[in-house]
Amino acid sequence: MPVLWIVVIIFAISVVGYLIGRKRALSMTDDGARGLHSLPSYYGWNVVMFAAVPSLLALAAWLLVAPLVIDGRVSALLPNETIPQVSTRGLVMEDVRRLASGIDAAISRGALTEDEAANIRTDFTNVRARLGEVGVALGSEPSQAVVNAAQRYRGLSAASGIWMTVVVLSLSAGGFGLAYSLTKAEFRARNTVERGILALLMLASTIAILTTLGIVLSMLFETTNFFRAYSWQEFFLGARWSPDFRGNSDLGILPLLWGTLYISLVALIVAVPIGLFAAIYMSEYAGPRLRSVAKPLLELLAGIPTIVYGLFALITVGPLIRDWLAQPTGWGESSSSVITAGLVMGIMLIPFVSSLSDDIINAVPQTMRDGSFGLGATKSETIRQVVVPAALPGIVGAVLLAASRAIGETMIVVMGAGAAAAQFQGGQFLNPLEAMTTVTVKIVSQLTGDTDFASPETLVAFALGLTLFVITLGLNVLALYIVRKYREQYE
Amino acid sequence: MSDATAPATGPAGVRVKKMSLLEQDDRTKRRNAAEKRFQFYGLTAITVGVLALAMLLISILSNGLSAFSQSFVTFEVTLTQEQIADAEASVVKTSKYSAIIKDNFQTALAAQGLADQVSVDDAMGLISKEAAAQLRNVATARMGDDEDVSRSFTFLTNGRIDGYYKGRVTMETAARDSNISPEQLQLADQLREAGLIEKRFNWGFMTMPDASGQRPEAAGLGVAILGSLYMMLVVLCLALPIGVAASIYLEEFAPKNWLTDIIEVNISNLAAVPSIVFGILGLAIFINFAGLPQSAPIVGGLVLTLMTLPTIIIATRASLKSVPPSIRSAALGLGASKMQSVFHHVLPLAAPGILTGTIIGLAQALGETAPLLLIGMVAFVREYPAGPPEGLFDPASALPVQVYNWTQRSDPAFFERASGAIIILLIFLLFMNALAIFLRRRFERRW
Repeated sequence: MPVLWIVVIIFAISVVGYLIGRKRALSMTDDGARGLHSLPSYYGWNVVMFAAVPSLLALAAWLLVAPLVIDGRVSALLPNETIPQVSTRGLVMEDVRRLASGIDAAISRGALTEDEAANIRTDFTNVRARLGEVGVALGSEPSQAVVNAAQRYRGLSAASGIWMTVVVLSLSAGGFGLAYSLTKAEFRARNTVERGILALLMLASTIAILTTLGIVLSMLFETTNFFRAYSWQEFFLGARWSPDFRGNSDLGILPLLWGTLYISLVALIVAVPIGLFAAIYMSEYAGPRLRSVAKPLLELLAGIPTIVYGLFALITVGPLIRDWLAQPTGWGESSSSVITAGLVMGIMLIPFVSSLSDDIINAVPQTMRDGSFGLGATKSETIRQVVVPAALPGIVGAVLLAASRAIGETMIVVMGAGAAAAQFQGGQFLNPLEAMTTVTVKIVSQLTGDTDFASPETLVAFALGLTLFVITLGLNVLALYIVRKYREQYE
Repeated sequence: MSDATAPATGPAGVRVKKMSLLEQDDRTKRRNAAEKRFQFYGLTAITVGVLALAMLLISILSNGLSAFSQSFVTFEVTLTQEQIADAEASVVKTSKYSAIIKDNFQTALAAQGLADQVSVDDAMGLISKEAAAQLRNVATARMGDDEDVSRSFTFLTNGRIDGYYKGRVTMETAARDSNISPEQLQLADQLREAGLIEKRFNWGFMTMPDASGQRPEAAGLGVAILGSLYMMLVVLCLALPIGVAASIYLEEFAPKNWLTDIIEVNISNLAAVPSIVFGILGLAIFINFAGLPQSAPIVGGLVLTLMTLPTIIIATRASLKSVPPSIRSAALGLGASKMQSVFHHVLPLAAPGILTGTIIGLAQALGETAPLLLIGMVAFVREYPAGPPEGLFDPASALPVQVYNWTQRSDPAFFERASGAIIILLIFLLFMNALAIFLRRRFERRW
C-alpha cells in the first residue's frame, strides 16, 4: 500500500478517534462535562495521540531502515566474482535497484504480467529491450546475477511493504483501542495529553543537536574513508592541488587555504573600515532622518542572496577590474581574480560589520561620553579615545564573525575567484589580480557532476568540508564568547 | 581683584598667548579639522555602502530587464491532417514540422516580396529551433479533428536575432559568427519593417522550462520557479512547526541544565555554519544514506529546513520572550495549566513575531544556492515536476541554481537571462520582506 494511503488511513482513524473518545467520555458521567476530570476534547485528543503518534513514528523509522536492510540482504547475494573489474558493489546495486523499479514500472503499465516478471531469464528475454519499450532505460544488458538480485530485491521490498502496512496500521488500531479502554470519567486525560505534547516539544528541540551530530558524523565518516586512501600528512601539509580522476593526484589543502584566507583578507580590508565608519557615523553623528534611510539601505545588502553578488562579480566587477586594472598593469588577464571576489565579498560583509558594531557602540554607556566631553574633548576625540576602545572587544567579535562568513562564503568565489589553485612556486600566489581558488569552490567542484564515492578525489571534499567547519566553528565560538563577555561588562 | 581683571601674565611674568573665544588658535584649528575629517570619513563610508548597493542593482537591472521582452515572428501556418499524420508517423518528427514551417514561412516571405533576398534556409535561421516543437504541440492536440489547422502562429526568433534588437549582436560580430550572417540580420530588419517580427513582453521567460545551450531564446524559469516553490512548501511545513515547538520548549518549559545549555549553544552556532556544509550534510545523509533521489525538491527542502531552523527558533524565542509574564500569571491564576497558558495565551500573542521571523527565514532559504549545488539541483531539467506530494520527488531546479546554471553557459544571451532571473528572485524577496514588515507594523504589540 502506498505510504500516502497509510497516512490517510491513520488520519481517518485519528478523526474518528477524536469523536469517539470525546463521546465515550461524555457518556461515562451523568452530569455532562462537569463530571469529567478534564475537558471533553482532551479525551478526544488523547485517543488521537495514541492512535497517530506511535504509528507515524514507526512508519518513519520503517521507511528509513527498511531500504538499508534490504540493500544489505540483496548485496550479500551478489558474489564477488559477479562484480565487473571496472565497477564497484555500489554501482552494481544501483543497477539492481534500477532494474527492480523498471520491472515494477513495466508491470504497472501492463507490458509484463506478474508471472512473466517473476520468470525473467536473461537467456530467453532481452530484458533491456523489453524494458526500453515501456520507457525504462537500462545502461547495459543486465547479467543473470543482477536479474536474480533484482528479483530478490523486488520480493523483499514487496514483503517489507506488506509488513509495514500491517505493523503500522495495527499500531494505530492498537493505540486507538488502548486509549478507548482508558477513557473513563476520572481518567486524567489532560495530564496525559500534556505529557505527550511536552515529549513532542522536547523531540523538536533536539533536532538542532541531531543536525550538528549529522554534520559532524557524516563528514567524519567520509573523511576517515578519505584518509584511508590518502595520507593525512600530505593533505594538511601538501603544497600542491591537482586532482586527477585517473588517480595519482596531489590533494594538498594549503593552496586552497591560502586562496581562502587571501580573499577573506581582501574582503575584510574592504568591509571593516567602511562598516566601522558607517556604524560610528550612524550611532554618533547622524540625525534620525539620515539614520532611518541609511541603516535599512545598508541592511538591504545583507538580505541580498549571495548568488546576486556572484553574478555582480561575474558580469560587472570582474570585467571592470580586468579592463581597467589587470590588463593595463599587465598583472593578469582573467576577469576572475582575488580582488574581484574580495571586493564583492567585502560589499556583502559591510552590513555584518556595521550593524553589529552599531549595536555595540550604542551599548557603550553615555556617561563615558559625557565624561570625555566634560574634559573638553571633541566628538571625534571622544570616539577615538573613549568609545572605540571601550567597544573594541565587541568590534573584534564582529570582525571575527564577518571573517567566518567570508571563509565559508561559496557563490561569490565560485563565480568570481576562478578555479586554478595557487602555485607556491614563484611569487604569483601573492598577486591579487591572479585567479585563485578556495576551499569552498573545490568542495563544489569535487561534489557536483558524476561522483564516485570510492575515489579520494571525491572524498577529499568531505575532508575540506570538515576543515572548513572546524575553522568557522572556532571563529564563531571565539567571537560569540568575546561579544558575550563584552555585553556583561556594561550590563 | 578678580582673575578676570588680572593682567594676562603668568606667575613668572611670562606673557601667555592671548586666548579668544572668537579666534581659534592653531591647536584648536587642528582639532576641529580632525573632527571634520572624521565626520567626512563616516559620511564617505555610508555613501560608499549605498553606492555599492545602487551599482549592484543598476548592474542587475540594466543587464536583466531586456530578458522580459523578446522578439517574435508571426505568420500564417496551414497544417493539413495528412501532414500531421505523416509527421507523427515519421521517426524524426520535429524535422518534418520544421519543413512545414519552412514552406509556410517561404509563402509569408513571398507575400512580402522578400523571398528572393536570401535563401529560404537562411531565412529559417531567423526562427528559433524551438518552433518545430511548438507547432507539434498544437498539431498533436488537433490530431484526429477533421479540420485542417490554419491560423497565424507566433514563434520565437533565434537568440542571435533577438540579441541584434537588444544590441548584443552587431553586423560586425555577425560576420564572425557561424550561427548568423549579416544578410540574415538585414532580412530581419526588413521583416521588422514589414511587421512580421515584433518585440513584446515575454511571458515564456517565467513559464517555460530550461532550454539547451543552443537556444537561449527558449530558456525559461518555469521549472525553477516551481522547484523553488516546492522547496519553500517543504521548508514551511517542517521548519515552522519544528521551530516553534523547539522554541516553546526552550523558552517556557526547559529546566536550566547542561542539556539545554548545549542545545542553546548549538542553535546559535548552527546559525553561523557555512551554508555549503549543510549541502554536504544533505548529500551524505539524505541522498547517500537515506537514498532519496538527487535533484528532488524534497531533499532541497529538507536541507533548507535545517538551515532555516536556527533563524526561526531565534526569532520565535525573542517574540515569546517579549510577551509579558503577567499574561502567563493571569492564565495560571484562572486555573489554566502551564501548557494551556502557553498555547491559549502566549503563543497567539507571539504569533506576529513568529510569522515575521518565519518569512525572513524563508526569504533566506529562497536565495540560498550553495547547498543545492551539492545535492544535484544543477541538473538540466526540462520536465515540469508533477503536483505535490509525488512532485516533491521529481527532479526540479531552483531559481538561484538556475541563475548559476545559466552563467556557466557560453552564449552571452544566457547572461541576460541570468540577470532577468535575479530580478524575479529579488521581486519575490522584496515581496516577502515587505509582507514581514507589514505584519510587524500591523500586529506587533508593544507592552
